Amino acid sequence: MRFLLVEDNHDLGQSVQTRLSLDGHAVDWAISLGDADDHLAAATYDLILLDIMLPDGDGRDFLASHRRAKRDTPVIVMTARSAVADRVALLDTGADDYVTKPFDFGELEARVRAVLRRRGGSAQTAMTYADLTFDPLAATLTVGGEARELRNRELRLFEVLVAAPDRIFSKGQLCDRLLSAAEAVTDNAIEVYVGRLRKKLEGSRAKIETVRGVGYRLTET
Amino acid sequence: MISVFSPAGSIRQRLVLILLVVAAVLAGLLYLSVRTVADTAVEATQDAILGAATVAISEELRGGKDGLTIDIPYAAFSMLGATGQDRVFYRILVGDETVTGYADLPLPDVTLSGLNPTFASQVYQGVAVRTGAVSRSVLVDGVSQVVTVLVAQTRTAQDAISRQMANRAAALGLGFFVFAAVLSIFTARSVLTPLNRLAEAMERRGPQDLRPVERAVPAELVPLMHALNGFIARLRGALTRTEAFITEAAHHVRTPLATVRVQAEIALRQTDDDVTRATLRNVIRAVDDSARSAGQLLDHATVVYRSDQRADERLELGSLVLDVVDSFHPTADMRDITLRMEPPSEKIVLQFDRLLIESALRNLIDNAVKYSHADGFVDVHLAMVGAFGQVKVMDRGRGIGTSNTAKLARRFQRGENVGDVIGSGLGLTIVRDVARAIGGSFEIEERDGGGTCATLLLPLA
Repeated sequence: MRFLLVEDNHDLGQSVQTRLSLDGHAVDWAISLGDADDHLAAATYDLILLDIMLPDGDGRDFLASHRRAKRDTPVIVMTARSAVADRVALLDTGADDYVTKPFDFGELEARVRAVLRRRGGSAQTAMTYADLTFDPLAATLTVGGEARELRNRELRLFEVLVAAPDRIFSKGQLCDRLLSAAEAVTDNAIEVYVGRLRKKLEGSRAKIETVRGVGYRLTET
Repeated sequence: MISVFSPAGSIRQRLVLILLVVAAVLAGLLYLSVRTVADTAVEATQDAILGAATVAISEELRGGKDGLTIDIPYAAFSMLGATGQDRVFYRILVGDETVTGYADLPLPDVTLSGLNPTFASQVYQGVAVRTGAVSRSVLVDGVSQVVTVLVAQTRTAQDAISRQMANRAAALGLGFFVFAAVLSIFTARSVLTPLNRLAEAMERRGPQDLRPVERAVPAELVPLMHALNGFIARLRGALTRTEAFITEAAHHVRTPLATVRVQAEIALRQTDDDVTRATLRNVIRAVDDSARSAGQLLDHATVVYRSDQRADERLELGSLVLDVVDSFHPTADMRDITLRMEPPSEKIVLQFDRLLIESALRNLIDNAVKYSHADGFVDVHLAMVGAFGQVKVMDRGRGIGTSNTAKLARRFQRGENVGDVIGSGLGLTIVRDVARAIGGSFEIEERDGGGTCATLLLPLA
């Protein structure tokens, strides 16, 4: 997915950009509202991540003019204020959702997914692998004409694996993608979800292979 | 904060009281003057008749060689008899000697002079009488003698008329007083109307309404309006500054925290070393913990403040709960937790501050999701129970152990079985405070079959 990140803090901006690109997203980073306008004029984005306090203005005003101009790129606001009053005010301004700083990337991703699903589509469309069709927004795997619903963690696990078939992922790597970093779990927790996903893949040519002592990979038989 | 103070008197009462006192004094004066005039008039009438009778008798005196002749005219007494049931006395003296009539009828104190009658009020035979007297010189046997004619009349008729007059004067005074009293109440009301209107306008304002007061007021209220608007402007300024300060403080604290968290996440992605990974997870948890505590402290302060300054509106509980539940779906999804909401069979309408109820609901659902096991279910049930809307939030998590509502709702108090779940110990305090503010109740207990059941009762509109 292609994100436009609007954040004036250099350290945070760079970290978020790096962090999102680790998940395979393309991120353009604007350090001011003017900069953001330039980016929006030049490219199309799946989602805008917007900070509120920016050197050349208030993110909420930007949001309001963004909506007035009928640009419908979804916006998730990164707010430093957590009070209910501020959150309600934000959604009233036309934000699709918000995350409170500091935020969990797992949660951000979940919110992005929910926003895109609500908006009914994005650049991301159904993809095929081996003999199955995978629709990440509808959260379904279609095997031989039979649609199987994936739960959230199964969906994300499959997303990670199918993005790089045949590549071996360690339990730790998968854990980082599936679980919130704040969750106190051991990396072995991933085994449960691998087991469940294998059940959903039954009857197709796609298989999750255990590479003993290393991790897992998605292969086609 | 609404402080209850006892008013230092009432302008209206004072105004009415002063006007009533003035009216009473005027009514008294009216009564007295009417009485005086009436008494004087009655007395003058009696005096005129008495005087005429006295003069008529004295004119019938004839002096001659062989003494004094008097032919008392009947008309003189019939004039007097016309005034009622009064008794009439007379006395005629030649020099100091009584020649006819009541010898003990007292003479007036004043000196008698000529044919102009003199009058006096006296007591005779134990009753009040009015006496008229005339003196004239009569030649008796060539010698000039002073003859005095006294005519007295009791005052029964005069007193009766006076009493009647007094009663009328009293009725007139009372009528005047009642009229003035009614008028003074109307006056007080009309004088105070602009003040009451201003007070009502101020009272109707929402707690967030800090616009200056713009009303046409009488000249006397202009200084008060200026002072009020000045005060409102200062309050608005102070609130704006506080708001800006909190926003900036939050921004400057939370942005670096966010940076730390993101970088820790990146580091976590880049290492396979179990010890380092555990450490990084601890760092992330500590960041979340501090951010959460700060946020909850602010939320609690907001709840406490808004409990006093509520902006009540009509709310449909079903759609409100649905909104909150919806906003938690992504969070719940991350751990494959299913949020199920059972809508109520009928509309549940409340009259309350939306932010307060939302704060309570968010905390309840956040807790349920937080303490649920992965793949679990959180159930939200809505129902109408008597005069209350009931929200039940139930999970199959770790439950509350041996704790109870009172204990868990204490500030910074968390259950002993929370384990490693991040929390501030303020969530249920917020829920309880909101329930108290709205006049509802909150209870949290172990759920049958394991888990927790939190029940929030909110009074219907």
